[in-house]
Amino acid sequence: MTVTSEAKVISTRPHHTLWGDAIVRLRRNKFAMAGLAFIVVLSLAAIFAPLLTHYGFAQQNLYEILQSPSWKHPLGTDQLGRDTFARLLYGARTSLAVGIFTQFIVLFIGLPVGAIAGYAGGKVDNYIMRFVDVMYAFPDILLIILLRSVLGGSIFMLFLAIGLVAWVNIARLVRGQILGLKSRDFVNAARAMGGEGSYITWRHLLPNSLGPVIVSVTFNVPRAIFTEAALSYIGIGVKVPTPSWGAMIQDGFNLIFSKPYMLLFPAIALALLMLSFTFLGDGLRDALDPKQRR
Amino acid sequence: MFRFIVRRILWLLLVLLVVMFITFILMHLVPGGPWDREKALAPKVVEALNKRYGLDQPLWQQFGNYVWGVIRGDLGTSYSWADRNVISILLQGLPKTMTLGILAFLLAQAIGIPLGVAAALKQNSGVDYFSVLFSTVFASIPGFVLGILLMIVFSVMLHWLPTSGWGSPQQLIMPVICLAALPAAQSARITRASTLEVMRQDYVRTARSKGLLENRVRIRHIFRNSLIPVVTIAGPELANLITGSFIIENLFAVPGVGRLFVQGIFARDYSLIMGGVLFYAFTIAILNLVVDIAYAAIDPRIRYD
Repeated sequence: MTVTSEAKVISTRPHHTLWGDAIVRLRRNKFAMAGLAFIVVLSLAAIFAPLLTHYGFAQQNLYEILQSPSWKHPLGTDQLGRDTFARLLYGARTSLAVGIFTQFIVLFIGLPVGAIAGYAGGKVDNYIMRFVDVMYAFPDILLIILLRSVLGGSIFMLFLAIGLVAWVNIARLVRGQILGLKSRDFVNAARAMGGEGSYITWRHLLPNSLGPVIVSVTFNVPRAIFTEAALSYIGIGVKVPTPSWGAMIQDGFNLIFSKPYMLLFPAIALALLMLSFTFLGDGLRDALDPKQRR
Repeated sequence: MFRFIVRRILWLLLVLLVVMFITFILMHLVPGGPWDREKALAPKVVEALNKRYGLDQPLWQQFGNYVWGVIRGDLGTSYSWADRNVISILLQGLPKTMTLGILAFLLAQAIGIPLGVAAALKQNSGVDYFSVLFSTVFASIPGFVLGILLMIVFSVMLHWLPTSGWGSPQQLIMPVICLAALPAAQSARITRASTLEVMRQDYVRTARSKGLLENRVRIRHIFRNSLIPVVTIAGPELANLITGSFIIENLFAVPGVGRLFVQGIFARDYSLIMGGVLFYAFTIAILNLVVDIAYAAIDPRIRYD
């Protein structure tokens, strides 16, 4: 009798891993799924851009400048006769590349620095965190602009400039996570069984602090995308003729009264992409919160 | 308390010194110098200019001179603005940046706090859903994009507002809204969360059960306590508004500090760049300090010693 009732209890709540549970919860979140869908569609469109438009992003046609949307040019053309739709698609490549590659740099620096500070503690931690405090005192975007001027023009240097400024958030987060995990029983157990510092950090501490890191990275992606657009708008982002939504906004800006849609399309694309990442980030945060486990 | 403030001020000075040092190094690593022109200047002229502005001295000496100047309240002379003092240039932009920042801050709180409180008091109602949607949308759409959309609607389509410039109150409306959007969203979100949290506390139940009028419970017990986290982020918010406004200043052609700074970067105007970074870092640090002190005044549980 007792055996069957126990079996019943177990069968009503099948065992799930944290990640399995999180995916189930994420799937239920309509906004997060809509955001994810937009990101996936945009990424595919960016990757397969040459199949979707036969115009090049730098291809000029001075006989067809500043055209309104038509069958030939679905979103019109700019002041050099370049197809806006093509530039929007190729510009998505720039935006997504900036969003993703900066996060690699951020993780590459932020994870080890945060992990070392959190695990080592004491003086090492103190020095690292004081340095992080100084970085916080810098206005982010000004430092990026300065680094941008120092590092030079290529797009990889743009990734580097943004990454070199943004890693402090991740470092702080990872340190906090590891400080919290360090005194937990499973870490003590691992240590009691003879686990070394680096083994415990890589095997136990980092994997367990991964959830908040993923959420934070998801929120950092749109921030990096915005930074690139803003820099390109001012004129110190990607170089011409690399297509960038920020640069398209700059191009359209002088023609705001005669051709407002030149400005409108890249602005809307930027807003939608940032909104999508925020929805996805919100969804991930809720999904990875073990307190919400049902 | 006094010792806490002194310690914080000393730390602030150290941070500013390090910020100056990093900026100085970065600035001198930037290829090109302040005398780069379309047409190259004669070497003799460059030499004379370098001598005049002390750029012929070794770097450490230049840095020492600069720090000594800052201590005496002198941020040096601009290279690109016909020998004008950097302080006077920054003071010219400052009122504009501050006006925008403070107006945006007030607008953000005037929208965010009531919205957050209303949402929490009527959880899962229409107001609540609206507040969640409002804070998500405006937290993710940058002010810069919002500015463009506003411009297209109100300047291009409706012809109600001028696109840019400075001087009339109409020219303030759009930049202030763009700047206020993000902090309004943050305030609404945080006020909602903290009000929900406070409403569940035992002391609120006690207040109700001793027969206090509902309005009195809401104002004296819920509202006051739920504002603590809002004050915490007020400092960084205001700092972000003042330092982050330079994209908006560029978009709406407001001649504030941010625009001057960007012009300084393009002109390799070393002393203007330094002055700008220093101004921003100083603003952030001071505002954070003020918030920490204000925090202790509002929340009697917090004591510094």
